[in-house]
Amino acid sequence: MASSNKTSKTGGGLGGKMKNITDTNLLLTITIVVFFAMYIGAMVFQGKGFLKPQTFFNILNAQAALIITACGMSLVMITGSIDISVGGVVALVSMCCAVYLDFHNGNVFMAVLISLLIGLAFGVVQGFLVAYLDIQPFIVSLAGMFFARGMTTIVNTNPFNVQNEAFVALKETRVIVPGFGSVNKLGKYVNAYVEIGVIIAILVVILLFFVLRWTKLGRGFYAVGGNSQSALMLGINVKKTKFLAHLICGLLAGVGGFVYFMHVGSGSASHASGMEMNAIASSIIGGTMLTGGVGNIIGTFFGVLSLSTIQNIVSSAGLDDAWWTGITIAAMLCLFLVIQSVVMARKKRALSTKAE
Amino acid sequence: MYWKKALAAAVFFMLGMLQMGCGSSLDHKSESLGREEEEAEHRIVVGFSQLGAESDWRSENTESMKSSFTEENGYTLIFEDGQQKQANQIRAIRMFIQQEVDYIVLAPVTETGWDTVLQEAKDAGIPVIIVDRKVDVSDDSLFTCWVGSDFELEGKKAAEWLNQYALAKGLASGDIHVVNIQGTKGSSAQIGRTKGLADAAAANGWDLMAEVIGDFTRAKGKEVMESLLKQYDNINVVYCENDNEAFGAIEAIEAAGRKAGPDIAGGEIMVISFDGVNEEAIRYILEGKIICIAECNPLHGPRVQAIIELLEEGGKPEKWQYVDEEIYSANETVKSLMIDGMEYKVTILTQKDRE
Repeated sequence: MASSNKTSKTGGGLGGKMKNITDTNLLLTITIVVFFAMYIGAMVFQGKGFLKPQTFFNILNAQAALIITACGMSLVMITGSIDISVGGVVALVSMCCAVYLDFHNGNVFMAVLISLLIGLAFGVVQGFLVAYLDIQPFIVSLAGMFFARGMTTIVNTNPFNVQNEAFVALKETRVIVPGFGSVNKLGKYVNAYVEIGVIIAILVVILLFFVLRWTKLGRGFYAVGGNSQSALMLGINVKKTKFLAHLICGLLAGVGGFVYFMHVGSGSASHASGMEMNAIASSIIGGTMLTGGVGNIIGTFFGVLSLSTIQNIVSSAGLDDAWWTGITIAAMLCLFLVIQSVVMARKKRALSTKAE
Repeated sequence: MYWKKALAAAVFFMLGMLQMGCGSSLDHKSESLGREEEEAEHRIVVGFSQLGAESDWRSENTESMKSSFTEENGYTLIFEDGQQKQANQIRAIRMFIQQEVDYIVLAPVTETGWDTVLQEAKDAGIPVIIVDRKVDVSDDSLFTCWVGSDFELEGKKAAEWLNQYALAKGLASGDIHVVNIQGTKGSSAQIGRTKGLADAAAANGWDLMAEVIGDFTRAKGKEVMESLLKQYDNINVVYCENDNEAFGAIEAIEAAGRKAGPDIAGGEIMVISFDGVNEEAIRYILEGKIICIAECNPLHGPRVQAIIELLEEGGKPEKWQYVDEEIYSANETVKSLMIDGMEYKVTILTQKDRE
């Protein structure tokens, strides 16, 4: 199991590379290849929309919040835990921010702070219960989810759109991506753009990627998830590591909540319903295993993009009804789970033959 | 470690095959379907973002759009179900814009929050037609026109029918004891229909005893009616804001040993309702259990199609378009209604209409 977080060294030639490939990297490669195959396939078959770079940027714009929360989800999944409260936290954050900005005439910086605090609070409490009191993470975060959803309704029942000027200006801010614009039907050149949330999401991905790959804490997450007994023997503070994973996940749910809020610009109790499930699905497609010890943030990033690309392909193919998306995602999840279990089964066999 | 190499190779091979397979099927398709694709280029592409699929009415509405924008009629319809979320609908509209559809039809889930995305559609030169609920935008030119129901008029029609009936039967206005089973609080249908009744009750001096929420469902309609019957023993008119509530209310009335019907003086309870989209409602009317239904027309498809045809010819459609809606009854006491100087004929249903 210890080899699961071994980084691949640049060996001589392709054979050398292949030999050193780890589970994490193998699953990651599959994810990225599938994503590109799908996207290029869409460009060839459906053309039009997919040929425009803005379609890709729209996917990023719409999914920035999911990317951030899915990163947190991958982290807890790598430690062998789970957090299904993130969707609820996102809804609670957007409702609190909406109420604060509109009814209390608040400023945007305080709203950001509120988001972070809510996320942190969820992370700390759930992390404590999971790591130090050793309660099942599923149950803890299930309670967290109900609590967050309930609180959202208590904060405000009716959905509404935020009118606060400073916030609307921030929401409308667009970062132009030079060189990717296209000419529209009227013959006008339109710049490609991303929203601020996308920049935040990419920063989160890069930051977490570095933490997981090159820091002691990052390696600790893999070790705890892979085998907490051996991690303990290696002198890793298992409880603290688990606690930190939940804390970061909660914090990222807070960040994701604000990014989500920045994208939709409204508060509603039904916001982000099912987001936790999409986050788990993205992580799995990205090569993170529910059993822990294996996973990669870049994979999660591509997992989210794959999910969203499926959604776009399904609807522009004229398979009008929403359940087609669900069925395709289910098929894809099955494919990845099968690949993962094959990888793990082979690995076990390889280990046992080695031992003999 | 050879298995890994083998597995990786197998996966890549399979993916390659998959793509090649797809590629070749594309070639094949494009040869045999070449003519069809040529035809497809002349079709008008319509992107329709529906807000969800929560009720019979909504399903009828979707079905109407789908049957209007068919390939035979020269259209390609891209349908997106928003599943009651504005974020989904905004995503759908952005996708339509990227696909350069010719027209966007939007049935918005909420009234506010559409400025940005509608501006994007306008900048892209795509006309937007709003159906059903309205949008609250700072600039009316962001959408071409709106098609939908006048809920207050529906309410007025139902109330006026009751008024005419009472006059014809010589019932004193003070003897009309009405309860209103309302729809989902805050929905435009609830607001309009409630106002229609409340205004008429004030004008005619009816005894409007209670307004309670029935959430547009049969179960809630029944539950609410049961408690109303216990609370008041002199109810003689029930005003239900959709058919499903009316079905529930009638169950409750019959369970209490009363009869739903028009003979107020003889102790029957009169039920008035809205929508009239399915056969069950027509059966209730013919049986006299529901005395009249103010129709809420879900068939927006033909109207939107007419607007698009007008736009294609370079015409300018009217900004606010109300769909035609009738008022149904099997009782011939009231033949026509006068509301705000307009005459509305009552459509008398007979057993023949059931077939």
